[in-house]
Amino acid sequence: MDLTFQIQGGDFTSAGTASSEVRRTLKELGVDASVIKRVVVALYEAEVNIVAHAYKGEIMAQISPEQVFLRLTDQGPGIPDIEKAMTPGYSTASQEVREMGFGAGMGLPNICRNADVFNIHSVPDKGTTVEITIQIN
Amino acid sequence: MTIQEIVSLVQGKILTGKIAPEESIEYCFASDLMSDVLTVCRSDFMLLTGLSNVQSIRTAEMSDLKYVLLVRGKTPPKEMVDLAEENGIVLIISPYSMFKASGLLYGAGIKGVF
Repeated sequence: MDLTFQIQGGDFTSAGTASSEVRRTLKELGVDASVIKRVVVALYEAEVNIVAHAYKGEIMAQISPEQVFLRLTDQGPGIPDIEKAMTPGYSTASQEVREMGFGAGMGLPNICRNADVFNIHSVPDKGTTVEITIQIN
Repeated sequence: MTIQEIVSLVQGKILTGKIAPEESIEYCFASDLMSDVLTVCRSDFMLLTGLSNVQSIRTAEMSDLKYVLLVRGKTPPKEMVDLAEENGIVLIISPYSMFKASGLLYGAGIKGVF
């Protein structure tokens, strides 16, 4: 099953709706609750990253009996130093993002911790692509 | 500790969701930073937060939490209440500060998640 969502940068009221939809789908498919939590925590963090940092983006979720594969691509400023961005506690989030409860510098580490496979590729001034794979069994 | 006892202890009010008289909780986690909440693997805790917007409910939803206690006497916006209702989350408000609410709950035997 393939699901696609368009994400608008700066739209904090809608942030999380794609993750919520994926969560509902996985529950309907009877996926184990601990797997669902890993998928949606990783996806929600990545979705919030697009809203917080990019102009717009797209989420593609591929769900098979074996795994969940998520690809998030955005058009935005990109990440100049990925290693630094992966450091727990490091954040470039704006005051507005922090007021929404994010910007603790735990987003990328949270995604990485919940993923079985995690890839990130970024081009400064163009955008970022994040790929997350989580095994179902 | 039952949810009813917790509500009474923090002078709280339940805004959304239904609770059975025997419904109880053993753990709490207090934070205004949602990514910190999302680092907690377990789901059997109550979230104490001062973050009065939809993202605290979204975080509870993704973390599979049933109870959110909004502290500091904040009035949650309608979309936050609606989202809690939609997700079957019990949203409680308390006039107490995060420190006071946490202290009262800890003193009454509620444990931290780590």
